[in-house]
Amino acid sequence: MSVITLDQQTKPARPVKETAEARALRETPPGQWFPYAAPKPRDQDNRDVAFSFRGVSRKFGDKTVLDNIDLDVPAGQFIAVIGKSGCGKSTLLRLLTGLDKPTSGTLTLNKGAEGENRTRIMFQEPRLLPWAKIARNVEVGLTGIAKGAEAREKSLAILSEVGLADRAEEWPSVLSGGQRQRVALARALVAHPYILALDEPLGALDALTRIEMQHLLESIWQQQTFTAVLVTHDVAEAVALADRVIVIDHGRIALDFDIPLERPRRHGSPELARLEGKILDTLFGGSD
Amino acid sequence: MKSTGQSILRNGTGWLLPALIVLVWEIAARTGLISPNVMAAPSAVAEAFWRLLLSGELVRNIGVSTARALSGFAIGGSIGLIFGLANGLSGLSRNLTDTTLQMVRNIPHLALIPLVILWFGIDEEAKLFLVALGVFFPIYVNTLLGIQSVDPQLVEMGRVYGMSRTTLFFRVILPGALPAIFVGLRYALGIMWLTLIVAETIAASSGLGYMAMQAREFLLIDVVVLSILIYALLGKLADSFARLLERLTLQWHPAFQTA
Repeated sequence: MSVITLDQQTKPARPVKETAEARALRETPPGQWFPYAAPKPRDQDNRDVAFSFRGVSRKFGDKTVLDNIDLDVPAGQFIAVIGKSGCGKSTLLRLLTGLDKPTSGTLTLNKGAEGENRTRIMFQEPRLLPWAKIARNVEVGLTGIAKGAEAREKSLAILSEVGLADRAEEWPSVLSGGQRQRVALARALVAHPYILALDEPLGALDALTRIEMQHLLESIWQQQTFTAVLVTHDVAEAVALADRVIVIDHGRIALDFDIPLERPRRHGSPELARLEGKILDTLFGGSD
Repeated sequence: MKSTGQSILRNGTGWLLPALIVLVWEIAARTGLISPNVMAAPSAVAEAFWRLLLSGELVRNIGVSTARALSGFAIGGSIGLIFGLANGLSGLSRNLTDTTLQMVRNIPHLALIPLVILWFGIDEEAKLFLVALGVFFPIYVNTLLGIQSVDPQLVEMGRVYGMSRTTLFFRVILPGALPAIFVGLRYALGIMWLTLIVAETIAASSGLGYMAMQAREFLLIDVVVLSILIYALLGKLADSFARLLERLTLQWHPAFQTA
């Protein structure tokens, strides 16, 4: 599966909706980009971009939730977004998944060959349809992509990847919280998303199930080639899973750094603890 | 073995009291404790049942009443369902019609009987109209409530996964509203029989209610009691049918899961 080819990079994803700003950027030779010059690209960014925010703001009435966010995320990166509650991290995810529109600024998503949107979100709650058997719930992830026997086959395959192949014909109500969340993960992954947005998906799980789910998430992310955006308030989880962590504070990106540690990472290693401390200092205004 | 015996015992206990009442009733009637002018003995009711069954009168009247009940229910129920769905899904439709419907709902529909007789006489339309009107509101109110109480998180999930409006309706909204719709259905079935009894007793030339009124004219207490019992049975039958439907369609619901 080719996520992005160079060909689509050159033509805009949706030509009709191109903004004046984007058009100016496209028609101007790189040497004369001022004043539309993009921020200096990050050093290791030689991969394709999965999505980018350009000066994105979101206001609710007078309240500015996101303030002029610039963010480029290369394809295949596992990025964690941390912040206190109400800092705008969930809004960022809602913008990314199209559940909400920015007040100003542009948001570019790299879409598939036919311009299809394969951005998936996993919510804090499993949000399974209680009236559909497990396999049918996973097939919801293939809406508009596959039907019938093909959809069934794909959903059974992904269910066995999350270790629930034998529960395909059961109702969601008989599963445990962790199992339901695994079904939700299977539903999000069954269509091979390009971007998987995770809105504190492990927040409601107990500590042990949580660690189990983190391992599952990490191994599936390593197998498949999707970009993962994990919103969390758990700093330890963020540093354990992500390639890159951004901290959002008062609607702005307060911290943006890479976590160049080898995988698999060991919970409670001194390296992780040091990074965790650094992030907590930023969040609570401590000095380093 | 033990568990089967227990389940028979559990199911059987419900019928113990009715059986006892019938027994006491029969004894009281035989010994002359209850005058035959006040209440017919169970044996006399059974005899009347047999007599009317053989003459074909009973079957014909039950048929007429059932046909009225079901057609009235079908008309009122489907209009209620349509309005419930429309008002649950569209704010415009709700703003337009809900206030009116709520006002009409507060008129006891049986209060319209004099007007209905003036409009339709004692023909079939009068009964159909009353049953349909009575059945409309429980279905309407519960369908609307069911749709409004569908988990918005699930609707949002459906949208994120790119469901079209039709898919969203059939996969998420309708199944979510179904438990409430069934509550309305069972309630409406009760109202259906109630309305029909009243309508047939007051203005009819056939049907169970008419049979009971005729029997009253000729002081046939056994037939009057028989009609009342048949109404009870038909009501129970309708309710059991609704419960069966409920069990079949709501298998996912923890309340309906066996094992």
